[in-house]
Amino acid sequence: MTDPQLRTMPAGRTPDISSEQRLAEIRREAGLHGAVKAQGIRPAGAPFPAASEETGYYGIPLLKEPAWTWEIPLYFFVGGAAGSAAVIGAIASYTGADRKLVRDAQWIAAAGTVLSPALLVADLGKPSRFLNMLRVFKPQSAMSVGVWTLVGFSAGAPAAAFAGFLQDRFGPSLPLRIIENAGQAVSMAFGLPFSNYTGVLIGATAIPVWNENVGNLPIHFGASGLSAAVGMLELMGNDKSRALQALGIGAAMVECWEGFRLESKAKPNLEPVKRGLSGAIVRTGGLLSGPLPLVLRVASAMTSGRQSKRLRRFAAASAIAGSLLTRIGWIHAGHVSARDWRAPLEIPRTLIAKY
Amino acid sequence: MSVTAFLTDSTLCIGCKACEVACKEWNGIGEDGLNWSGNSYDNTGALGHSTWRHVKFVEHMPEAGFGGNAPELNTWAFSSDVCKHCENAGCLEACPTGSIVRTEFGGVYIQPDICNGCAYCVVACPFGVVQRNPDDGRAFKCTFCYDRQKAGLIPACAKACPTESIQFGEIESLKLRAKERVEELHSRGMQDANIYDSADTSVGGIHAMFIVRGDPRTYNLPPKAEVPTIYLRKGWTSSAIAAAMLLGGTLLAFLAESQRGGA
Ligand code: SF4
Repeated sequence: MTDPQLRTMPAGRTPDISSEQRLAEIRREAGLHGAVKAQGIRPAGAPFPAASEETGYYGIPLLKEPAWTWEIPLYFFVGGAAGSAAVIGAIASYTGADRKLVRDAQWIAAAGTVLSPALLVADLGKPSRFLNMLRVFKPQSAMSVGVWTLVGFSAGAPAAAFAGFLQDRFGPSLPLRIIENAGQAVSMAFGLPFSNYTGVLIGATAIPVWNENVGNLPIHFGASGLSAAVGMLELMGNDKSRALQALGIGAAMVECWEGFRLESKAKPNLEPVKRGLSGAIVRTGGLLSGPLPLVLRVASAMTSGRQSKRLRRFAAASAIAGSLLTRIGWIHAGHVSARDWRAPLEIPRTLIAKY
Repeated sequence: MSVTAFLTDSTLCIGCKACEVACKEWNGIGEDGLNWSGNSYDNTGALGHSTWRHVKFVEHMPEAGFGGNAPELNTWAFSSDVCKHCENAGCLEACPTGSIVRTEFGGVYIQPDICNGCAYCVVACPFGVVQRNPDDGRAFKCTFCYDRQKAGLIPACAKACPTESIQFGEIESLKLRAKERVEELHSRGMQDANIYDSADTSVGGIHAMFIVRGDPRTYNLPPKAEVPTIYLRKGWTSSAIAAAMLLGGTLLAFLAESQRGGA
């Protein structure tokens, strides 16, 4: 009596002479030797783990992913903008540019000196841990150089902003003027490396997509920081400055070139900045930092009145967003790159596992 | 004080994980999950903040003669991985606090009371060894049993290893022993036995050498590990160019504007 649940004949093999002979053979071998020397069947497509030239150690990533949390890309963004703003503020002041522009730039720089350590402390977990970075200076550690740059920057930028503020409030004063100038000089000296050292920081690591680009990341991040600073200044109302417009165009051109350079290379280690989510973020960041603001700025220069102003504000906003996305994208790409088990083992992508 | 080293001989390892257990017990590291990875019998996966010795289970496809097994069977090698204690250590160079130091025994040691958890060493290690403990925030890795060595003892893993697969001793004599062992293996027909010691890269040699069979990549050992400080020159040059462009560009832009305004 067949089970009423059985709707069809079970799929399977039909026994024949050879299949029965094979079973008898296995029985004989087992009885004779106490073991059967056969591999058994390896189902096609089954995940059979094997360590090989094609799979490395089962495709387990060798490198560790960065342990940094969301604070770090934000820190990169803030540092880039603040450092560039300090340079703009100092030079604008020395060349006798508009007072408001100088003040705004000083405030962006000063705000950076508050936000940057706060973000670092948030990543470290405990405020006291930040102080451990100040027990040594190690030129061979980009992190150490960067922290000391931040310390120097923090000595200059707030002093300049505060001295400037007091003079605006209570009228000119020679001592305050001296403090302001000195603060500006210090913040500019440290702002120059502060605006781009983060490119060295991630470039000089074992992460393939980062160290592959170590010769360009500082320029890329520097231009990104400058365009963010320019954008912020413009959105704060300094949208008549031709100098800022020129700087914005220059930064956007560098960003265009950086984007072109990345896109024109077909190295497998660059995939994280081109494919997947990290690639989409980097590419969107690049578009918002380079071509889009460039076009908008040129259009703004060719038009006049409210139209021109609107185009310029769009360019500014686009550059700021682009700068932030660029940092988020590159950090994300580092994670993806660390997970690429082939890269550090130098296993070509074209080698596909046979099993 | 003499410079010491590990020589981990995978041809002697039986995969008993005594080293992993001994390491965890001596150093007081918690159990961190016993999950089968599905990758052979490896239930550890990789080195990390709570795993300072990791026995790899390396299954090669059947290869006649390999491992002395029957030709139909997969060969199975075990190898106990550990921090390489690099001659030029990426983690040590990158550490901004001076927490990571070179001990008098030549090992690379993280001083836990100074580590501030910046995690820069994590991305600076070309062997993916050091890791930040997410609960504690600081980075951890093999200490080379600095405490035991100071007391004149050998590291816990080497002491617990029942087959002397993990050998410990003065580095030069261990290097010699490694060469002799590989020659012996060759003479026994294991032509693929070789020493792994990143001596010819910028890492400049490691204080935890390995004897493996076949391609070291199957043991997740990188063929060309580089210490990331080699990228610094290029990076700072680019940084200087960027700074010069920022300074020059800003000067030009504002000078041009002030002249315009003045005229
Ligand atoms: S293997 Fe990694 S953690 Fe160990 S010394 Fe070398 S760089 Fe440091």
